[in-house]
Amino acid sequence: MSIEQVLARHPGRSRDHLIPLLQELQQELGFLSRPAIRQVAEHLGLPASKVWGVATFYNQFRFQPRGRFPVVVCRGTACHVKGSAAVLAALQHELKIEPGATTRDGLFSLEVVACIGACGLAPVIAVGDDYHAGVTPQQVGRILADCRRRAAEDAPTKAAVEEALA
Amino acid sequence: MLRRTPRRKPRSRRRWHERAITQARDCGLLGADILGSGRRLEVKIKQGAGAFVCGEETALIHSIEGQRGMPRPRPPYPVTRGLFGRPTVINNVETMANLPGLFRMGPEAFAALGTAGSKGTKVFALSGQISRTGLVEVAMGEPLRRIVEEIGGGVPEGHVFKAVQIGGPSGGCLPGPQLDIPVDYESLKTVGAMVGSGGLVVMDERACMVDVARYFMDFIQREGCGKCIPCREGTRQLLAILDSLGRGRRREEPAGALERFQGLISLERLARVIQDSSLCGLGQSARNPVLSTLRWFRAEYEAHAYDRRCPAKVCPELLLYEIEEDLCNGCTVCARKCPAEAIVGSRKSPHHIIAEKCRGCGSCLTACPSGAIKVS
Ligand SMILES: Cc1cc2nc3c(=O)[nH]c(=O)nc-3n(C[C@H](O)[C@H](O)[C@H](O)COP(=O)(O)O)c2cc1C
Ligand code: SF4
Ligand code: SF4
Ligand code: FES
Repeated sequence: MSIEQVLARHPGRSRDHLIPLLQELQQELGFLSRPAIRQVAEHLGLPASKVWGVATFYNQFRFQPRGRFPVVVCRGTACHVKGSAAVLAALQHELKIEPGATTRDGLFSLEVVACIGACGLAPVIAVGDDYHAGVTPQQVGRILADCRRRAAEDAPTKAAVEEALA
Repeated sequence: MLRRTPRRKPRSRRRWHERAITQARDCGLLGADILGSGRRLEVKIKQGAGAFVCGEETALIHSIEGQRGMPRPRPPYPVTRGLFGRPTVINNVETMANLPGLFRMGPEAFAALGTAGSKGTKVFALSGQISRTGLVEVAMGEPLRRIVEEIGGGVPEGHVFKAVQIGGPSGGCLPGPQLDIPVDYESLKTVGAMVGSGGLVVMDERACMVDVARYFMDFIQREGCGKCIPCREGTRQLLAILDSLGRGRRREEPAGALERFQGLISLERLARVIQDSSLCGLGQSARNPVLSTLRWFRAEYEAHAYDRRCPAKVCPELLLYEIEEDLCNGCTVCARKCPAEAIVGSRKSPHHIIAEKCRGCGSCLTACPSGAIKVS
């Protein structure tokens, strides 16, 4: 769905449409791009700076594309008590990126959230739609290797590329 | 333990809510003319966008209006001037969920549960280092010990109970001897905690209370909206003091020790100033995680500040890692895992950790196959 189509779902121009609009755009685009921010501002008749100000206030909004496997680490209290800081450190060490960033190959992005909502299973991380419970720093390598393997399996084979080019 | 849950998107949860609303409308329980009574009620769900301070009622209103979620001074209270400038009632979902029972059972039956000042029941979310985790509903005024030990099954075997954190980031930590306190609004206030979110996080001897206080202050400091100065600058200062307690010699400035001592002395006063002068509940309760841990676990603070030790072996920079020569077989695994290149030694001969270089990350400890690495 394009930016215009999302905007068309909100014909109302009042300010209270702003956050739902940003949420729907992020759902469709994966992140809030500069053109998206500008078009929302135009649609609602607000300065782009106001839209930017609101978007950056809330933790939900991202301004960079996520990786193919978005890794979300819970840093809530229950997870902290069960060692989520070490899990995050292990992920940072393995991926060599800080929270909020995406690896160069576009495979992984790293995010931190305040509570995933499964405190009883702490420490919890989510990789895409897969939730991992009771994660230890030692398991991190295996979880990432699993993703890399899946990515390699999905990658087009040499034969397929040649066929497509032929 | 590795578990996979089926594919699930946040969107679908929203659809359940919407389906429930559609069903209620189809049955005539919502809409313009409820069950032919001429009364009208609509339910609309607004999804939050992730900001702790938006739990504060005026910030919540601003967030629904499409603004940054920043609180404003009260009065005017939302009941006189709230959402879009109209009178507004704000309640928690759990409060709403109590209404059907209240109407069905009658007010007397509801008030028969609980204490003089706190009626009815309350749901708590039990988590942390405890045998059984999950949501529990108890009558107000139950002793905390019953929830932790009987319902939750206590801390895992082989561990000792240390503290329970109650009420979410603005709540406080309570030690074992305080467990007999009844869980109600008034009693918890007397010991520096609160019912708050209903979160109960249990900790055993593996948790460091300075680390817990630092963890909460980091959260509060980041989630504060930045509108008023006592909260914005004060929580940052509190965090800096807590940080200095866990900072090892390697990263400490020459005047660091003095700052550390001064910090510990001024901690309480600073916390109270922030409480007295902040605009909203976030700043006003920011002292709870610090003052409650300081009150019940002062010795642990002092070990950090004066002896430069972390008794629970949590604060990485205060730990001393050493290799026991007679246990080390020189496999070199630790040296390869060390991110600081702090481990020296040649193959098949005992290795050695250069204390000045060690960051205390613990990688070598988990990597060593012969258990030669000792922490103190
Ligand atoms: C920083 C802060 C965060 C809060 N977060 C929440 C919250 O997440 N959920 C909630 O119901 N109330 C929260 N509150 C309390 C609300 O402002 C409000 O008092 C409460 O929802 C009133 O509803 P009740 O009377 O039904 O409990 C928060 C208050 C503050 C100051
Ligand atoms: S106390 Fe903190 S969160 Fe509340 S209004 Fe002031 S700066 Fe914002
Ligand atoms: S604790 Fe970490 S930094 Fe220190 S020696 Fe071991 S691996 Fe290296
Ligand atoms: S604290 Fe991690 S899921 Fe709640």
